[in-house]
Amino acid sequence: MDQELIDIEEGLEELFCDPDPDKARAFFKTKERGLVNKVTTVKDAVRELVRDSDYLAVGGFGHVRIPTAVLYEIIRQKKRDLGMAGHTSIYDSDILASAGCLNRCDISYVVGYEIRGLSASARRAFESNKIKKTDWSNSALAWRFYAGAAGLSFVPSRNMLGTDTFKRSAAKTIRCPFTGKKFAALPALYPDVGIIHVHRADIYGNCQIDGILISDPYLARASKRVIISAEKLIPNEEIRKNPQMTTIPYWCVDAVIEEPFGSHPGNMPGEYWFDEDFFRMYLETVKTEEGTQKFLDDYIYNVENFEGYLEKIGGLRKMTELRNLENLIFQKRAQQMKSRIKVKKQSA
Amino acid sequence: MSKSNNNNDYNPLELLICVGSRVLEDNSTVEVGTGVPMASTLLAQRLYAPNIIAIFEAGGVAPLMPGLPISVGDSRTSYRAIMASTMNDVMETCQRGMVDYTFLGGAQIDMYGNLNSTMIGAIYQNPKVRFPGSGGANDLGSLCWKTIVITPMDRRRFVKKLDFVTTPGYLTGKGARERAGLPEGSGPYKVITNLCILGYDEETCRMKVESLHPGVELEQVQENCEFELLVANDLKTTPPPTEEELRVLREEVDPDGYIIGRVK
Repeated sequence: MDQELIDIEEGLEELFCDPDPDKARAFFKTKERGLVNKVTTVKDAVRELVRDSDYLAVGGFGHVRIPTAVLYEIIRQKKRDLGMAGHTSIYDSDILASAGCLNRCDISYVVGYEIRGLSASARRAFESNKIKKTDWSNSALAWRFYAGAAGLSFVPSRNMLGTDTFKRSAAKTIRCPFTGKKFAALPALYPDVGIIHVHRADIYGNCQIDGILISDPYLARASKRVIISAEKLIPNEEIRKNPQMTTIPYWCVDAVIEEPFGSHPGNMPGEYWFDEDFFRMYLETVKTEEGTQKFLDDYIYNVENFEGYLEKIGGLRKMTELRNLENLIFQKRAQQMKSRIKVKKQSA
Repeated sequence: MSKSNNNNDYNPLELLICVGSRVLEDNSTVEVGTGVPMASTLLAQRLYAPNIIAIFEAGGVAPLMPGLPISVGDSRTSYRAIMASTMNDVMETCQRGMVDYTFLGGAQIDMYGNLNSTMIGAIYQNPKVRFPGSGGANDLGSLCWKTIVITPMDRRRFVKKLDFVTTPGYLTGKGARERAGLPEGSGPYKVITNLCILGYDEETCRMKVESLHPGVELEQVQENCEFELLVANDLKTTPPPTEEELRVLREEVDPDGYIIGRVK
């Protein structure tokens, strides 16, 4: 790396979303303020709220608390030319890219499955120039959501500086008017559609999430339209009993879908663990292009809805097994059984 | 080398994880990356640093991990934690100067400790191999005080020139981080490999061999590295993994062999 790179003041790649806060305000001015029932089906929500060429932001952490049912429906309805914030994305960006839905992506993490390695299918998609790429880092995208949520056009930060991550972004540098110090200026991100899976929501879209929140409170506020899928619906009265638990308020939300086990094959904190058998099968199957097509046919195109998919992956029995793993119950029982066997042997 | 019950026998990843577990201080804050760092941190929490404050980028703060997380965002990263927070909060805590160490996993590395986890090839839009990208690595390498990298050592990984600088080390040498606008006094600290422990020369900011693992010769280290390594005047020998380290690692930290079973 040479000196020039350090002095670069502007990233070279495309900025996919307009950061103008007045345009965003003009849109947010039109959003529904009333407490209206927003419960709908995943089919209707995707048909009405996701349009070809929209820019999507998906909540959760790529394989943790992901809105799988909504993602599958986007693929089933063959939405095209979508943009996406590849923010800590894993299975979500992989299947959308593999199904040919994406043509541009702000990347902080794609292709990888953390300690499981890389997805061959995501690699084929992201290595081709069919998907236009702009790179960022995780906190760069988190702070871009924050800038959107705060109604700003950018936020200063001290990451990305001096690297090719900056060079291949659409950030700029800025000098602080108070200290004279150099900062990265991260443009606000106002996605067209935010899609988030939560633990509980009421019919108006007030949401409660257990465990870590990742960037979702910001993502929900920055997005123009928001689709919520929830493990379960709860009465508004339950929301009002614990208002400190509401991390996404109803006025951000346009559609609410009840979708039990809706994060499969992802982990849902407190509810169910990763389906590791499924991930192994997926990563093996999609090693070839034909395999990817077969996966999409078997698990998405030829399946009517998410209930049908859950039956296919093992139904309630499988989900119970994953719930026990999440609650560390199998491990404890296995240990107890081992010690019981030992005791028996000794007594015998 | 295979996994074995003989305690003089350990595979390169087990060695890496055990050595990694010893560099973390108790009562310090450490932002943990995915993979090997998670195993080292969990081992450290069990053996050497029970009060270590492990922080995960997706929002998990100081969990008492029941086992090895698969993801830096899964439920184990907030199991019996002191806080389940947001990525924004965690990264702002790093930017505020509250996080002592970050512990990052395998990637391409150059002599100044810069890391590539984005791509191989010459054309950005059409790379030969696309890797995940920064994830949180750029943020953590920019914002935490000291960066520890833990990775197996070979000439594919320790290279003269990176195809892409994802995460800043010392960039082009002394003062380059500050000139780029990165926080003063932050930067690379150690690199832990299966062959040796490396640090950085204060004047040149170049990588320097500090300690050789048992049975490893200096020539072997240089052969596995494309760039020229500096050598510390007081070159040490790393103590081998102890029986206790290997037992806790194999039985409690990674009983399913998610990481230690990955040896080629």
